[in-house]
This record gives sequence, structure tokens and C-alpha cells, in this order.
Amino acid sequence: MLELVDIHKGYEGKPLLNGVSARVAAGETVCLLGPSGSGKSTLLRIIAGLETPEQGRVCWDGVDLAPIPVHRRSFGLVFQDYALFPHMDVARNVAFGLKMQKLAGAEIDLRVADALAMVNLSDFGSRRITDLSGGEQQRVALARALAPHPRLLMLDEPLGALDRNLRAQLMSELRRILHASGVPAIYVTHDQEEAFTLADRVLLLHDGKIVLSGKPERVWSDPGSVWAAQFLDAGNVVEGTIISIKPPYRVETPVGIFELGRDVVPVPVRDEVVPSPGKVGQAHSKGEKVNVLISRRGVLQGAQGNVSGVVVDVIFRQDGFKVTLANGLDFYLPDAPKVGEKINLIIPQAAIKCLS
Amino acid sequence: MKRYLLLFFLLAATLFSACSPAGPVTLTVMTHDSFAASQSVISAFEQANNVKLVFLKSGDAGVALNKAILSKDAPLADVFYGVDNTFLSRAITAGIYEPYASPLLAKISVQYQLDISDQALPVDYGDICINYDKAYFLTHKLPIPVSLEDLLNPEYKNLLVVENPATSSPGLGFLLATIKHFGPDGYLKYWSSLRVNGVVVVDDWNSAYYNNFTGSSGHGSQPLVVSYSSSPAAEVVYAASPLTTAPTASILGPDTCFRQVEFVGILKGTRHLDLAQKFVDFMLGQQFQEDMPLQMFMYPVNPDASLPSEYIQYAQTAPQPATLDPSVIAANRDQWIADWTAAVLH
Amino acid sequence: MSRFNGDACAGGPTSVGGLRPSWIRPLLPWLGASVFLGLFFFYPLARILWLGLNPSALITLNLDSLLLAVHSLGFTFYQAALSTLLTLVIGLPAAVLFARNDFRGKSFLRVLTAIPFMLPTVVVAAGFNALLGPNGWVNLGLMDLFHLSSAPISMVGSLGVILLAHVFYNTTIVIRLVGNALSHLDPRLEQAARTLGANPQRVLGLLTLPLVRPSILAASVLVFIFDFTSFGVILLLGGPGFSTLEVEIYKQAVQIFNLPLAGLLSLIQLLCTLAFSILYSRIVIRNVVTSAPRPAESNLHKVRSVRQKLFLAGMLVVLMGLFLLPLVSLPLASVTRLQADLGVRGPVQYGLTINYYTELFINRSTSIFYVPPFKAIGNSLGYALLTVVLSLALGFPVASALARPGRLGRLLDPLLMLPLGASAVTLGLGFIITFNRPPLAFVTSPLLVPLAHTLIAMPFVVRSLQPSLASIPDRLRQAAASLGASSQRVWFAVDWPIVARATLSAAVFAFTISLGEFGASSLVVRPEYPTLPIAIARFLSQPGGLNYGQAMAMATILMVVCGLGILLIERLRLPGAGEF
Repeated sequence: MLELVDIHKGYEGKPLLNGVSARVAAGETVCLLGPSGSGKSTLLRIIAGLETPEQGRVCWDGVDLAPIPVHRRSFGLVFQDYALFPHMDVARNVAFGLKMQKLAGAEIDLRVADALAMVNLSDFGSRRITDLSGGEQQRVALARALAPHPRLLMLDEPLGALDRNLRAQLMSELRRILHASGVPAIYVTHDQEEAFTLADRVLLLHDGKIVLSGKPERVWSDPGSVWAAQFLDAGNVVEGTIISIKPPYRVETPVGIFELGRDVVPVPVRDEVVPSPGKVGQAHSKGEKVNVLISRRGVLQGAQGNVSGVVVDVIFRQDGFKVTLANGLDFYLPDAPKVGEKINLIIPQAAIKCLS
Repeated sequence: MKRYLLLFFLLAATLFSACSPAGPVTLTVMTHDSFAASQSVISAFEQANNVKLVFLKSGDAGVALNKAILSKDAPLADVFYGVDNTFLSRAITAGIYEPYASPLLAKISVQYQLDISDQALPVDYGDICINYDKAYFLTHKLPIPVSLEDLLNPEYKNLLVVENPATSSPGLGFLLATIKHFGPDGYLKYWSSLRVNGVVVVDDWNSAYYNNFTGSSGHGSQPLVVSYSSSPAAEVVYAASPLTTAPTASILGPDTCFRQVEFVGILKGTRHLDLAQKFVDFMLGQQFQEDMPLQMFMYPVNPDASLPSEYIQYAQTAPQPATLDPSVIAANRDQWIADWTAAVLH
Repeated sequence: MSRFNGDACAGGPTSVGGLRPSWIRPLLPWLGASVFLGLFFFYPLARILWLGLNPSALITLNLDSLLLAVHSLGFTFYQAALSTLLTLVIGLPAAVLFARNDFRGKSFLRVLTAIPFMLPTVVVAAGFNALLGPNGWVNLGLMDLFHLSSAPISMVGSLGVILLAHVFYNTTIVIRLVGNALSHLDPRLEQAARTLGANPQRVLGLLTLPLVRPSILAASVLVFIFDFTSFGVILLLGGPGFSTLEVEIYKQAVQIFNLPLAGLLSLIQLLCTLAFSILYSRIVIRNVVTSAPRPAESNLHKVRSVRQKLFLAGMLVVLMGLFLLPLVSLPLASVTRLQADLGVRGPVQYGLTINYYTELFINRSTSIFYVPPFKAIGNSLGYALLTVVLSLALGFPVASALARPGRLGRLLDPLLMLPLGASAVTLGLGFIITFNRPPLAFVTSPLLVPLAHTLIAMPFVVRSLQPSLASIPDRLRQAAASLGASSQRVWFAVDWPIVARATLSAAVFAFTISLGEFGASSLVVRPEYPTLPIAIARFLSQPGGLNYGQAMAMATILMVVCGLGILLIERLRLPGAGEF
């Protein structure tokens, strides 16, 4: 099991990672999600040993890895631009890690064949790297990293350079391969679709800290903070005032008054790495300002509802219509209303969450 | 693209239009590197004839001659001084000279007039001899060698420096002396033995005399050097404090010295024939001939020229200098040098 | 009335653009350089080769001559191979050092290793003489220390000093070419290898070196060519005992006057050089860096481990010793009186003096020149300026053409390098016999010197402009054109800013090459207009403290000017562009 304890690292004098702590358990695929430049790649390099943290430790099964050099950590790394060795063919690339382990020739051939089969490139052994397409190169990189049976696999935005269709196709393949191999993996990306597809757990990195950690569905439905909600574009964020702290909790916003469910907890917590602001109604007082997240989906159009507004824009989306109202909120509706029409929407209680 | 072409042609035009500057008449004299003459003597000629003299120092004698031969269809100069008796036939065969029977030739001894066609006229002569440093031999209690064979004695190991005959005329002179003495079939054996005895070979006389010779200002390591019989006189002339005896002397044994004669000639194709002839007369004339010994340290061929006192006192002439027929030299020189190079250098 | 009516559009032939037929266009940029090369290189070369190799001359060749030719060729290969090997031994670790590490004094050391390449052989010979010669610092020091009576080290005149001088000259080529390739390696490749379990040694051996192998090969071939055609070093430092092809050509042509043999040897040398040069072109063109060039700085890190520190210290000692010592011996010798003046037998005033510099302005009547030596500096500057103008004018179009490698480029490229390999002696003699008859009667013109210099400088100019011109992506030009710029405007707006730096750098290159050229100049120069290296050689050949000191003084001046030139080139170099 990998454990990161309070990693600090600066970049050109400015702080980049400000106390990152996380755990990756056996067989788990963890996605590190964050905007560009947030230090995700740096964190991976620190874990691999290619960089040293200014503060903090990287531990494996309780042992501090600081004195152990890169080539002895047995952590696989797949780069965004593949970093395949141009002077070797596919088979020799994949065999590289095995060669370093000083395995016998026959054993190496076997393992290479296995690795290539796992990524569906069985006949590609003698191909030159320069003859491969982007997707094929990525799969070779994956095979190369997996062949030596690493203890941990790290993937640094591996699908970033590919086009949309290829990306979708490879995503599901990756998911299958990661589960099949059972290797614990850290997957770094800025694309939430990738993160949600592949992760058992999502970690959100912001300002050098992990601000959110949990299963994809929890993270999505209950981002817990305004920044996270906006980064994930999880819904409409509206500022409001608490008008009732006795159940049912009620918040008044410019677009309407909402009742919050009894079991609304501001931020789902796991790993004790994120502060828990406490339940609504407990630490808050009447008249206090809070932020409310209104989900875009699961709303119904009706004769009357808790939100109404004039339609200003309708955009077709593959699975519905994105309707923007004059008050700035958007929602996904199955049918398209006309622009200028005044509609009423019923927002169920479950679609409303509190943000810290 | 067009601008490059234009630029190129402009440049080419400027180049081709570059021609020699106009001005007072210039007489160009091509010489070897060792040419020297007093400024006053040169100026006297320039003023007397209203001419500017330009001296083209063109390397050692062989190199200068080759340059002259190669450019004989458009000669680089009007007069060429520097061919010696070892190169004479090459110069004559190449036909670079314009014959000129100077009236001053009548005075000069026949033994120096090696070219009967008067294309190359003798100017000076010298004896190429081995010089030794008296002080060194005294300090080290060594007997002075008196013959070529003596140089093979082990007591003189590493003590002799000679010049490469391919690049130096004293070097060539010494080689020819050994060929005269041991014959064309025996000289290579002599040189192999010299090599075993540690003979040092350098490219030119300047290096040998001023770098390697113990007896000169360079304070080198060899007390025996192939030089000229007039060098001891030069040592007295240039001594820091007055000397009564010469610090060095020449070995004057049988065939240890080689007689060298140097020549001047008018180059065919000169545009200033009469001026060139005047210059040749000037070189054979008394003023130049008397100035020459202390400038170039060669003997004048003109018997009217008086020698400086230092010469009379300290320079020696060989009683039996080695001589070889110029045509024999001409026929075999290149082969001899090549064989010598293989035996001594490779 | 609209010009665009349907009939005109639908019917009628579509015109083919351009006035000239399509096969002339690629030839145009080569026109100037080809005419120049043809007139001043190939024609004189042909003349002298014919002079030497016509049937009547060939009959005079005999077994001895052929044996001599074989002997020379063998020795030339031998010393060139040995020198190249030694250069790699010093140069590869140095390349790794420069490409990977950042340390104090790095740019100084870089310039230091590059200076020798630009120095004329006379200066190098003087420097090594001043350091290792019988009157050199090392010997004097040892004699003083151990109270010896004669110089203990006699390196000058041995093969060792030749090899040493070659390494001194050419290490910078390895450092530049291999170092460049190293610093442009994608660092992620090495990181990937390390995560796959490769320790630093295996990374070096299995990944780094194979990936830079093309550059190592290219550097080796280039160094080999330079060692193969080395002339001044062999002649001045090796003494009469060593004879490579070029030295033998010189001796046969200039001293022995055996033109047929000189012609034969020239032909052999030309063929060899052409072969190597084709090899070099092949390697370079086939292995143009295709990966996205990463900024070189991302590969640098400071030394950390003890082993790295030891490596750095060791390399610093070797490099400083090899490069700094000879270069420092020179100026020191120019301000120290250590031996008597020629013929002066009085007591020597040992010690520091600026006498040798002041002597440069005086023209003694006994001088071997009829001009004060200082004029040589002026002559050299004039020749150098002319060389710059000529080589830029001719080389620029060629570099533009080569920036897009096509068949024509591949064919003509090695021919461009040929003047570097042809014997300077052969060239000089060729000049003399070719240009002595109307309409080409300017053999006595001093302008032959810059022409010879241009022949030598042009390949360097082209090589240094080529990558910069190649680096301009067509898209930029297309974008400018689509915005309405004419082709001239496009050139000024897009090409020129990128190319300006490279042009300045190429100009400085040509300038320093011309300043330092010795081989060809020594045959073609007129004594009244000596160049600086010629003057230095002349003074060196006349022993005696005053002459030696003046030679040292002039050599120091030349060294300083060349050093400044190289510094300028370093500053102007586009990061990552340019082969050397």
C-alpha cells in the first residue's frame, strides 16, 4: 500500500504542493484530478522518485522510500507522450523492464507476449515505434509498464494526446486492463470524464492540497466546496441565506426558496484528510450566508415549481436539451421549450446540496 | 534570389578590376629568405636610378625557385636571386632566365661562372662546414673531430645537428659532401651509422644554429652544427664584448666542407629589362659586394671587393672543399634526398 | 462590369504560374557558389592535377614513389585514427558533463574548449612550444625544480605532441555535436528507463549512448577528416620525421618539385576526403532530430552525489590542463624574456617585459619584412572583411536551398565540403599556375588571399546558416502570405528576424576563419601584404628571443581576437540550432 504523508514541493520558488496526503490500497485505481499546473505530474514524479519532496514522506507498506533510488522502486510509469524508446522495436521496448530484472530469454519472450496480448497488440512485436499510431503507442507504453509486474502503476494523462473517439475506446480498454491486472494504480488527469470512468476513488487536487476524496458518484453529487463544484461543473451554484435552522432547513436564494433534506451533509468525508464543516443547522445560524448547489438533472417541468424563469437559450445535447434561464441557471430537460417561454421547474430535495 | 546574383557579379567585377597601383617605377627582386642588405646600399641604388626596390622573400632557395618556375609565363618579379649551384640546372632547364652578359663578369673568376650561357650570374660563395663550439669541447675534454668518419665515434653521440637537405641548402650541401666522400653507394651506410649515433635533424639553418647549437646565443645542446665557414666571424662581429679569438671554428678535413655558389638572374618576361640589368650590375659591383659579407655572411665573387677585417682574421676557407658536377647533382639530387629521407627520418 | 463571369471561369486553359521552367528554379541559389567553386577551386585543381598526372608525367613515377605514397597514406590513417580515438576519450565525458550538469564557470569552460578550433596551427604550435618545448615552461620548471642541466621532456618532435595537439583542436567538435544531441534528448525517455529498473550506468549504455550514436558517428567522422588533413600541426610540431599525405604533398610539390607525385598524392587525398565527406552528409541528413526539440536547460542539474562530484573534478582538471595551459603559456611567453635575442651574447635580462609588443610597431632594417609587423594585423582584418562579404553572399542562397533537402542538395552538399579537404598546398599551387595568364592574370593580386579564405569559410557559413533557415516552418510564411504580404515582405517579416542572428553568427565564423587561416595563405600571400598567421610563422622560424617574443605577442593578439569572435558566436547562437 502506498502512503503519501504531507508532501510539500515548490516550483521556481512558489509553492506547488502544500501538504498532500493520500493512500492507495491494493487493487485500487485512484484518480488524481486537478486543473493544469496544479502539480499532479510533479506528485507522480515524487512518488516515482524522479524528484524529491521538500517536506513529507512517500511510504510503501510503512517503509519510507526516500533512500531507495528510482530503479529499485518497481513503480511503473506511463507518460503522456508515451516515451517509447525510438531505437528499439515494440517487443524490445516491452521487454526492457524484464531485461533489467535479468530474466531468462525465454521467460522474457513469454512475458512480452502476455503483455502485448493484454493490450490487444499481439502481432506488433517487430514493428518499429515510428510506424505506430497514437493509440497503438499508448498501448505499447502500457504493456511496457505492466510487463515487469510493478507494485504500483502510475499513469500521467496517458490519453491526453488522442482524439475523442480513440480516447473513449481506450478508456474502456484501460478500465478492463487495470481491473484484470489487479495492480494498484494512480491515474492523473484534468479530464473528469476519464477520472469518473476509471477510478475507484477520485482525489481532487487544489492549491496544493487534496480537497475532495471519494467514490466518483459521491464526489459528483456532493462536491462539498464551491471551487470543487465549479471545477467539476457539477451544477448551478447559488448564494443564499439560511432562514430556518429547525428542520426542515430552508435557504432563501435569489432564484427561490429551497428546503434541504434532513440528511444533507455538506461534504462526504473519507481518509480524514478533508475538514468536515459539520451539518447544516448545527454550526450555522439564521441569516448566515451559504452556497447551494442545484443539480442540473432530475428536474421536472410542471405547472408550478420552486424555480421559474424565462428561457433565453436552448442548446441540443446528445441526451437532452440544455436550457438556460434568464436568472442564469441551466438545466437539462428532455424536451426543448421555446426561447422566451416562461417555464416552471420542480427541483427535488435530492438535487440540492450545501457547499462550504 | 536576384539580389544574390547581383551582389555576386558586383563583387566579381570589383575583384577582376583590381590591378596593381600606378606610381613610380618598381623593380621587384625575388629572393630567398636569407637575403639581407644594408638600407644605405639599397637606397643608393634607388636614388641613383629613380626606382623603388621591392624584395619578395619567397621561402628557402628551393621553394623560391619552384615558385619562379611555376609562374614563369607571368613572372612574379623582374630579377631572381637565390639559386645556388645545387639548384642551378633545374633553373636553367626550366628556362626562367633572360641571359645577360654583364660587363662585370670579366672580373669574376671562372670557377664561379658555372653557367656559361650567362643566364645565372654568380654573386657570392661560401663553404658549408661543420662548426664546433670551442668552449664545449674544452669543458668536456673532448678531442675535436677532424673528419667525417670521426663523427661516428660514440664520444660524439647526440652532439651533431644537421639540417634536412630537402628544406635547407646547407643541409643539402653537407649531404652532397658525404656523397662526394663516400660515393653514391656508401653514403647511406654512413648516414645510418650517424643516425645510430644520435644525429639531430631540424628543418632549417636558423633553427639548427640558433636553437640547437651550444655556441650561439640560443645555448642549445649540440656543439657541432652544419653551418658556414664564415659563421665564426659572425660570432666575433656580434659579440657583446670585444673578442680576440673566435669562439667557434670550422672542421676543415677532407670533404668535410661543400662549396656553395649563389646566383642572380633576370627573369624572362620582365618589363623593366634595362633596370634589371642595372640591378644585376649593382649586385656584382663593388659597393654591394663589400656590404654583403657582414649582411649575408657569404664571400664576394668580385675580387675588387675588400673583405672586412673580421673575415680575414676569423673566417676560414676550406683547402679541399667537396665539389660535385652540377649536372650530376641535377640528375640525382631528388633520388638522393628521397633515399636519405627514408634512411634517416623514417 | 464584373471580371468574373461564368465563361471565363468555366472555359479556357488554366495558366501555369512562373516564367522559368521548373528545373531552373532549384538551381538558382547554387549559381553563385557553383561559379565561384568552379572558377577558384575545381579549375585550378584540375590544372594542377593535369600538370601532375598527364601521361608524360606519369611515366616518371616509379616504385619508390608508390611506396612513399603508400607509406604516407598509412601514416596519415594511423595518426588520424589514433587522434580521433583520443579525442573521443576526452570529448565524450566532456560532452556528458556539459549536457547534463550545471556548474560555476561552465560557459567559460565551453568557450575555452572552443577557442583552439579557430586558432591557426601556428598559434597552437607556438602555444605547445611555449609549454612543452625545450625552452618551454614545463621544462624550465622541471629543470629549476630538480636542478637538471638539460630539458627532461622532449615532446616536441614526437607523435605524442601531434596527438595532443589534435585532441586540443578537435575536442570541441565532439562536445558540440554530441552535447547538443544529449541535451535534446527527451528526458522522459531516461526517466522511463529508470522506472523500468535501469540503474544510471545501464541508462547510459542502453539508452543514452545508442540514441546519440548518430551524433557520435558524425563527430568522429568530422574529427577524422580534420586529423586526416592536418598540416600545420604535423609540420611544425612533428618536425621532419613525420609525414602525412598533406605534408608529403607540400614537400614533393614545394621542395622536391616532383609534381607528378604531388598530383598523385593530391588525388588520393581528395578521393579520401570526398568519401568521408559523403559519409558525414549521409549520417547528418539521415538523422536530423525529428523529436520535438526540448529546451536544453531542462536537462541540466547541479552535481549532487559524491561520484558526480568526483567526475566533475576529474574532468575539470583534465580539461583545464589540456586547454588552459597551452593557451596561457602563449601570452605569458609574450611578456617574459627568457632567452637571448638573435645573435646577442650579452647577459639576458630575465623577467617581465612589454618589449615584444612595442617591437611590433618598429620595422628594423634587418627585418624579414619591409613593413612593420603591425601592418599584418591590418591586412588580416581587411582580408577577413572581404571574406565575410564574399562567403555570405555566396553561402546564403546555398544554405536556403539546403534548408529543404532535396536530391540536388544531397548531391551538391558533399562537394561543398570538398575545399576543406583539398590540400591547401595543391590549392595554392593551382592558383599560381591557373591565374598567371590573361584573361585570368591576377596571380600577383593580393585578392587571391580572401578568395582562398572564402573557399574555406563557405562550408562553415552554409553549415551554420542551414539549421536556422530550416527551422522556419513554412506555416509562418504561408500565414503571412495569406494575410496579404508579398514574398519580399514575407521574407523580411518572417525569415529575417529568425535568420539575422544566424547570419551574424556565420559572419563572425567566416571572420575568425579568415583571420586564422595559414595553409593556403602561406602559398598565395604576397610578402608585402602578410597576414597575421604568416607573420607569426615567419617570426617563429627565426630563432632568438626578440623574434620569438614578437611571434608570441602577435599570436596572443590573434588568440584574443579569435576568442572574442567565438564568444560572440556563442551569444548569437539560437538555442539548439547550428551544428557547431
